[in-house]
Formats: sequence, structure tokens, C-alpha cells
Amino acid sequence: MSSKTTGNVMAGTHFLMGNIACAEGAIAAGCNFAAGYPITPATEIINHLAKKLPLHGGIFLQTEDEISAISSIVGASWSGCKVLTATSGPGISLMQENIGFAVATETPLVIIDVQRLGPSTGVPSIGLAGDIVQVARGSHGDYQIIALCPDGPQEMFDLTVRAFNLSEKYRVPVFLMAEGFIGHMRERVVIPDASELSLVARTIQRGAGGPMQRQDFLDAAVAPMPVFGNGLKSHVTSSCHDEHGMRNLSDPEIMHKFITKPIEKIMRHRDDIIQVEKNYKDCDIVLVAYGSVSRSAKAAAELARADGLKVGIFRFITCWPFPGEEIREMAESVKHMIVLENNCGQLFPYIKAEAAHACRVDFIGPQTLGQIHDPEYVLSRLKEMVR
Amino acid sequence: MSEIMHPLRMKYTREHVKKTTNCPGCGNGIIVQAILRAIDELGMDMDEFAFVSGIGCSAWIPSPLFNADTLHTTHGRPIAFATGVKLGKPELNVVVASGDGDLAAIGGNHLIHAARRNIGITVILVNNGIYAMTGGQTAPTTPRGVNTTTNPYGTLESVFDISSLVLAAGAPFVARWTTYHPRQITSSLKKAFTSRGFSFIEIISQCPVQYGKVTKSGSALDLLKHYKKDSIKIDKARTMDPESLKGKIVVGEFVNEQKPELSAEWTELKARVMEGRS
Ligand SMILES: Cc1ncc(C[n+]2csc(CCOP(=O)(O)OP(=O)(O)O)c2C)c(N)n1
Ligand code: SF4
Ligand SMILES: [Mg+2]
Repeated sequence: MSSKTTGNVMAGTHFLMGNIACAEGAIAAGCNFAAGYPITPATEIINHLAKKLPLHGGIFLQTEDEISAISSIVGASWSGCKVLTATSGPGISLMQENIGFAVATETPLVIIDVQRLGPSTGVPSIGLAGDIVQVARGSHGDYQIIALCPDGPQEMFDLTVRAFNLSEKYRVPVFLMAEGFIGHMRERVVIPDASELSLVARTIQRGAGGPMQRQDFLDAAVAPMPVFGNGLKSHVTSSCHDEHGMRNLSDPEIMHKFITKPIEKIMRHRDDIIQVEKNYKDCDIVLVAYGSVSRSAKAAAELARADGLKVGIFRFITCWPFPGEEIREMAESVKHMIVLENNCGQLFPYIKAEAAHACRVDFIGPQTLGQIHDPEYVLSRLKEMVR
Repeated sequence: MSEIMHPLRMKYTREHVKKTTNCPGCGNGIIVQAILRAIDELGMDMDEFAFVSGIGCSAWIPSPLFNADTLHTTHGRPIAFATGVKLGKPELNVVVASGDGDLAAIGGNHLIHAARRNIGITVILVNNGIYAMTGGQTAPTTPRGVNTTTNPYGTLESVFDISSLVLAAGAPFVARWTTYHPRQITSSLKKAFTSRGFSFIEIISQCPVQYGKVTKSGSALDLLKHYKKDSIKIDKARTMDPESLKGKIVVGEFVNEQKPELSAEWTELKARVMEGRS
């Protein structure tokens, strides 16, 4: 294993745990303020950041709870920092109100969710993709979110960097949806040289005058962020506000924009945000998966092809905004989609809604919840379905 | 809704904000003035400040009125947001203003931990003894035995002595005044704005519209008269027995000492470990 650290980047080839690769990704992306509260299976991320952030001039704050963690990173983001928190499902549940605050105030930040088996306290050390829908729909009100699904330690690094870039570019919270299995998996991770990493920093508002002379919010093309401490006299509220950030609870036009502009900001750039991995050319059947299960899907597809079945794969790298167009396009070229998820079928209804008009759509959950799909099991179920 | 006509108006408030959300007679107006006077008397600039508030009538004190960076957050969480603002930009003077429900009920945990951490922010807690904005429900500061919207047959619980709580949690600066003491509030705020550590000022304030009506405690004037009659300075209170202090409001500066402040400690720590690395 070779390694050399230039600046914040631990360039080289390493054998790393997913959670450590994630923390290194955050440091490489320029994260300089992180806050969190210990929770299995995410704890290694905050432990590593606590050790390494100060070496690069950053701060890790252990807060009194996850509500404080999300709130303090929102505050630090408004002070101009690149910010992160890392937790698991119980922490996300506590954070939800203020995730909505970040959405409504267009605050860039990154949330790592190393998911565990639930509901409730569940099983801390077992990975289950149980939060996939709650991160998109868990805070009250109507909004869109960006969420990425790593399939292993390499992507724990790569997609953490990408999460920071997307959050800074679009002034939004971005989720990295790891599962406990991915967070704790150890694999080869190649970290590029600092010069090869492309990093995005938010555009900062430089407009003279006060907020009434500027557009600080509600621009689908992304308004520059009026960060604090620059004499901008910015006003930030999660109550319904106009483009100056001023509260307005009476004008229906402003209420409409308050909801739709942040959604439009994400949806207008969906082609830049959405990434999928697909390999289903000339296939009749596609295994659709994300996260840890996508590894089983790939293995099962190989076994099936060795058996003469034309089976392809489709993997969500971005799960929110939902890659509906990509699913529809696939539905029109294949006969049968089989959705594999490490849960009881959270994205399945969304996939079905886009695909069922054009092809057959089925679901295979884990044989036993909490166990990774066995490729042989997937193959035998697949054969039953197509018989 | 009342027009703002004070001379401090042009200097420190947003020009386009023509009205406050306070009811006539509300103590919040006195607190607005005390804050702006303190800044004025210190000769400080609004650009040195970031004001953070939660949800409730009192959270409207700085937002959107003050012509500074203002962050209006969620119910109970302003101190947690403010902690991030301060650690992100330690040179900013970060000031939280919010209600007793906001800071001592739903946000009570953040309050005691901020005091313990000694994060260098100023917290102005407006204690009107009630949840005013939502219509006169019981707060942890509502006196025992009075009727409220949610305890229509009388409250059964004891009140929080918030200043003592914050003192016990380790805050280096704690003061309590009532809106009958605007000069003293200003003086304590000046100390708070120029001190380095966590500074806490509890202000007992009249809410004639909810507290006054719901608990049948009278008008703004009645409440101010009560503050005048029943306030006892801390020095004197220390010589009195608990029995004779019943029903009294102990006011004054309870502590004013120096302790290592968190954002400054972080700056030092970072310098130390970065030097060790190179
Ligand atoms: C999570 C949440 N729960 C409840 C509310 C409703 N709510 C708004 S203000 C308030 C109480 C405010 O009381 P206090 O903080 O004492 O402020 P005051 O209005 O008395 O100044 C409540 C319960 C809310 N906004 N958010
Ligand atoms: S309800 Fe009470 S606290 Fe609220 S603005 Fe009116 S008087 Fe002030
Ligand atoms: Mg109150």
C-alpha cells in the first residue's frame, strides 16, 4: 500500500473500512466543521474526523444530541464552513425537523446515514436500507432531496466528495446513504492526488446593499449564499419567505415559490445530479438494486448469464431525486425487472410506478432480513419467476 | 401592531421593516431598546453581530427587525444553531434572543450544555411565564397554582429557577432583571457583549395579552408594578431567609467571572496540533 498526503488528501492505495474512507472523503473535500453524536454503525466516521479534522484546521464538535448536531452544522454552514454530520437511523429521526430547516433555507451540508436494522432501536450492528424513504420524505412539508448510495468503501470516499460538491453547487443538504455493511466493509480504496480531485465551493453573495436589494433565495438557478460575517445583513428564516429571505405568510404567490423554487432548483439539474450504473443491453431481465445488494445483483446476473439467461443489472448511484426517466427508458427495452432491496421494498413502489406500464416488475427481499442477498438464492428465485 | 419611532430605529433596524409583531404593552419592546442601547453605548457596529432566535413572540425581538445577520431558527434550537455560527466564525458576536418555553422547555438541554461548554455567545431569555405565541399554555416558568390554557384548574408543577440552573451548569456570566429595569439590562448586556464566555441574561417580562389575561394577573402596568414592588437585589437576597424571599424576584448579576471560552480554546488547539504535525 502506497500513500502520500498532500494538503488534505491522503492520496494512494489503501485497505480501508468504508466509514474511514468516508471520513477521508470529507477531509479531502475540504470539510472544516463536523458535529455528531456517537451511534453504531456510524461512529468510526466521527471518531476519525475528531482525530484528523484539527490537523487540517477543522473542528469536530460532539453535541448533546443529534438535534444539536444538525442545528450546529447549519449554523456553521452560514458562517461559511463546509459541514457534515454522520449518524444512523435513530439520529436521522431526531434530525428531521432541522433537515427541513436546511432545505427551506437552502443551506449546503452533508449528512452521512450509515443505516441499521430498524424500526426503532432495532439492531445497531446490522445494516438494513431502512431509511431510504425517510430521508426523502421524513421532514414535514413538500421538498426534494439529493441522496447517494455507495456500494463499497471506494464509493464511500468518492461519493462523500461528490456529496460535498453537489451540496455546495446547489446550496442543498445531501445525504450519503450507506448501510452498516458498507460502512464496516474493508476493501481497497484508491484515493487520487489532490490535483486530480475536482472540488466545488459555493458561490458567495457579494451584492452590495441589504437583502432587499438582492436575491438571496428562491432562484432555480441557485442564488449566491449570503454567508454571515460579511456585512451583508442577511436574513435567514425557514418560515415562508420571499427571494430576499423576508418572511411572508400572506401572499399565495410567495408561498407557491417558497415550495416550488427549491424543488425546481434540484429537478432542473437532475441530469447533472442523477448517476446510475446500467448494463442491460440485449437483456430480457434486469436486476435493479442499490447499495450492498447491488453486489449480490451483479454476482447473480453473472451466474444467470453462465446459465444462458439474458440478465442485466441497473444500479442506483443517486436514489434521490428519483431516476424515473432512467427507469422508464429501461422498462421500454426489457421484459422483466426484478428489484432487489435490503429492506421490505421501499423503492419498489417508485420503480413500479415508472415501469409497470411497459414490463413486468417483481421484488425479491433478503431471504432473512439483515442477511445480504445470497446470489444463489437470487438466481433460484429468478428462475422460478421466469419459468 | 405599532409603528416604530425611536431614534435608534434608523441606526440599527432594517428600513423596510415598518412594524413589530409585538402587542401594545408587551415587554419585548423594552428589551429591543435595551439591546440596541447597549450596542450604541459600546459604539459597536451591527456587522459585528449575528442574531439567532427560535420560535415564539420573544424570538421576534431581533428578527427581522435588526439590521444585521439574523438567523430565525426552529422552536427550542437557537442555541444549537448559534453554537455552530460561533465556532464557524469566532470573531462574530453571536446573540440569541428567545422565550422561556423555547430556551428552557423544548430547548433546555441545549441551554445547559452551552453553559457547560462555555461557548462565547450571549443568550437573552425572555421569561414571560407562559407560552404566549400559542395562546397562554403552561411554561416551565409559570407560577404554581395559576390557571392557564392547558392547566385550566391550576398548574401543579414547580417553576424552573432558570438563572440558578444556568449558573449551576457553569456559565461565567449570569444576570436576571425585569423589564422594570431597562438601564440595568443595558448595563448587563454591555458586559455580556464584551465578555468572552457564555453570558446569560434572564429578563422577566410582561405579556399582558396572554399571561395577563389567562392567569388574571392584570395589565402591562399591573405586571410592571409587581416587578417594581417585588424585585430584590441579589446582595440583599443573600442576607434573607427563604421564607421571606417567597414571591420575590431576585435580580442582579449572580456571577461574572473568567473561564476558558470554547471557540478560543478550539483556535488554540488547532494551532497546537497543526504545529505538532508539521
Ligand atoms: C416543534 C414545535 N413544537 C411546537 C411549536 C409551537 N410553538 C410555537 S411558539 C411556542 C411557544 C413559545 O413560547 P415561548 O418560547 O415562551 O415564547 P413566547 O411566545 O412566550 O415569547 C410553541 C409551543 C413549534 N413551533 N415547533
Ligand atoms: S402575546 Fe404577549 S408576549 Fe406575545 S407579543 Fe403579545 S404581549 Fe408580547
Ligand atoms: Mg414565554
